[in-house]
Amino acid sequence: MLMSIDSISKSYNAFPNPPAKVLHDVTLNVDTGEAIGLVGESGSGKSTIAKCMLALIKPEEGAITYDGIDVIHARGEDLRRFRREVQMVFQDPYGSLNPRMTVEELIGEGLLIHKLEPTAAARRARVAEMMEMVGLNPNDMDRYTRSFSGGQRQRIAIARALVIRPRILVCDEPVAALDVSVQAQVINLLQDMQKKLNLAIVFVAHDLAVVRHLCEKIVVLHKGKVVEQGTREQIFDNPQMPYTQSLLAAVPVPDPVVGRARRAARRLETAN
Amino acid sequence: MKTVHPLPDAASVVPVRQPLISVDKLTVDMPLGRSGSSVRIVDGVDFTIGVGERVALVGESGSGKSLTARALMRLDRLAKLSGRVDFDGTDLLKLSDRDMGKLRGSSIAMVFQDPMSFLDPLMTIGDQVAETLRIRGIGKAEARKRALAVLDELGVDRAAERLDAYPHEFSGGMRQRVVLAMALVGEPRLLIADEPTTALDVRVQDQVLDLLDDVSTRRGLAVLFITHDLGVVAGFAERVMVMYSGRIVEDGEVASVFAKPSHPYTQGLIKAVPRIDQDLNTLYAIPGAPPPPLARPSGCPFHPRCDQRFDRCGVDLPALQPVGMSRVACHLLDGKGA
Ligand SMILES: Nc1ncnc2c1ncn2[C@@H]1O[C@H](COP(=O)(O)OP(=O)(O)OP(=O)(O)O)[C@@H](O)[C@H]1O
Ligand SMILES: Nc1ncnc2c1ncn2[C@@H]1O[C@H](COP(=O)(O)OP(=O)(O)OP(=O)(O)O)[C@@H](O)[C@H]1O
Ligand code: SF4
Ligand SMILES: [Mg+2]
Ligand SMILES: [Mg+2]
Repeated sequence: MLMSIDSISKSYNAFPNPPAKVLHDVTLNVDTGEAIGLVGESGSGKSTIAKCMLALIKPEEGAITYDGIDVIHARGEDLRRFRREVQMVFQDPYGSLNPRMTVEELIGEGLLIHKLEPTAAARRARVAEMMEMVGLNPNDMDRYTRSFSGGQRQRIAIARALVIRPRILVCDEPVAALDVSVQAQVINLLQDMQKKLNLAIVFVAHDLAVVRHLCEKIVVLHKGKVVEQGTREQIFDNPQMPYTQSLLAAVPVPDPVVGRARRAARRLETAN
Repeated sequence: MKTVHPLPDAASVVPVRQPLISVDKLTVDMPLGRSGSSVRIVDGVDFTIGVGERVALVGESGSGKSLTARALMRLDRLAKLSGRVDFDGTDLLKLSDRDMGKLRGSSIAMVFQDPMSFLDPLMTIGDQVAETLRIRGIGKAEARKRALAVLDELGVDRAAERLDAYPHEFSGGMRQRVVLAMALVGEPRLLIADEPTTALDVRVQDQVLDLLDDVSTRRGLAVLFITHDLGVVAGFAERVMVMYSGRIVEDGEVASVFAKPSHPYTQGLIKAVPRIDQDLNTLYAIPGAPPPPLARPSGCPFHPRCDQRFDRCGVDLPALQPVGMSRVACHLLDGKGA
């Protein structure tokens, strides 16, 4: 097991109201090289879990362990190793990339911070290699991100996270802002990177069809609690909890015959 | 001449509808900063929506879907419009601002993606829904009565009590119902819904779609539904128009477009959507990205990304032409029209 999240609870201050508890006793594990999906309706706590996994916020209760490191209390070399080996990609490829930095500076920043390549030439070579791996043209290294499309920016964000060879990549809605055709490019890229680099991916998304495509393991959240977790087959083919069933039933299917039939059937059910 | 009437089977019955709105060679130019020059975003769009018909408009971000819809209602003051938009016999592009103002809300109404930015946080729900009617000179009591009736129709429970509530007291799904009530209270004949469910999570999205479905059936309301979710299109619309780089590239019955998309871009879009009800394999991805309006390629705007392009594609712009029951803009289909 690479990372374990053990009974964590988290509250946010909601002054003047008492703090609101948004995670209740959440437990889940991430194994090396696996893609795990966090799903649930808006406000169910998906992003809060992702932030805890990245140590951007701390849960009040419970423990998070990454490869022998106690994440919540980690300091010094342990914390540095954690920060290097667990990386993130967020939804908004526009807001998360500094417009004053060139592509080379953006992608190479982690190499510099973690002192992974001593010379500028070696950094440049790693950046070029990474750009090629994610389907960008290394000749664009000196450009600013303004002139890139949403899909290209998300590739830059992914290259930036992967260049320092993390073992876990936490992605919070990485394709939500992208178009259908570009979304497919990014999902394929993530899948490819998972295999090539034996990378574990924690993938947060609303779109259950996308999650099913990418993730072998699924965790279903409802109001800050894990209501069900299992393999892709268990969750999608044989969901146990009514909440999971209702989430799956609501996913629109891009097929007019299937889509209409499903809606008609559901209406009959509610009418009875 | 003797006509043969074959037995209709479900797939071949196409209801003939009275046209409600006909759009002809619509272009939309937007100003570029303060330079005085402009850029053509919507580049000659033609379509008709029948009375009570549900049509989806799909396409990638930036393809011009919202600006097309907004042009029908003349919502963008800075936009330069040309072409014709016939609604019930009048050309909307020729109406005075005042007459156009009267038509908004009463004949054509619009709902947007983000209900919160559309609602006034300091005004009660009842007043906001009634406002359209008040503007038209309807008395306070009557307007309130009709607002209540619409909220009821849209399934807002305890509607009478909640007339005096404020938007922040409502959940996302309920707010979208309120916005829908504001659009419907004037009894429009065409509702333009611009991504009304994109910001909602799946279960709420599904409720809002059911609601729209019911209302449009009950009222014989035509709906132009803008979305990039093909799943939503499949479950809701009767016809789908696909937009790419400011033009419509395919327009046809939903069932036939999904079963047999004709335009290479539509084919790619349909293949690129992961589906919850199908086997897993590598997702098809259309290479490249849509062009920005200022750098639209020559010839067919899709040609740099098209895996079926041939010599003509980089030179000639394909026109939208009838192909069977659909219309398609692609050189591959030249001469295959009806
Ligand atoms: N910084 C914060 N301060 C106070 N409350 C917060 C904060 N961040 C999130 N919340 C609340 O915590 C709950 C869980 O939020 P979270 O963002 O984790 O949900 P989510 O599952 O990611 O939802 P979405 O799908 O909408 O992104 C919500 O009720 C939210 O309003
Ligand atoms: N007010 C404006 N001034 C100048 N350009 C604009 C304006 N509004 C939109 N545009 C540009 O027009 C193009 C089409 O925009 P539009 O909003 O119609 O796209 P869309 O198809 O609705 O996309 P989305 O799916 O992202 O909503 C985009 O390139 C956009 O940047
Ligand atoms: S006209 Fe040519 S480039 Fe355009 S879609 Fe058809 S085949 Fe492809
Ligand atoms: Mg979130
Ligand atoms: Mg839009």
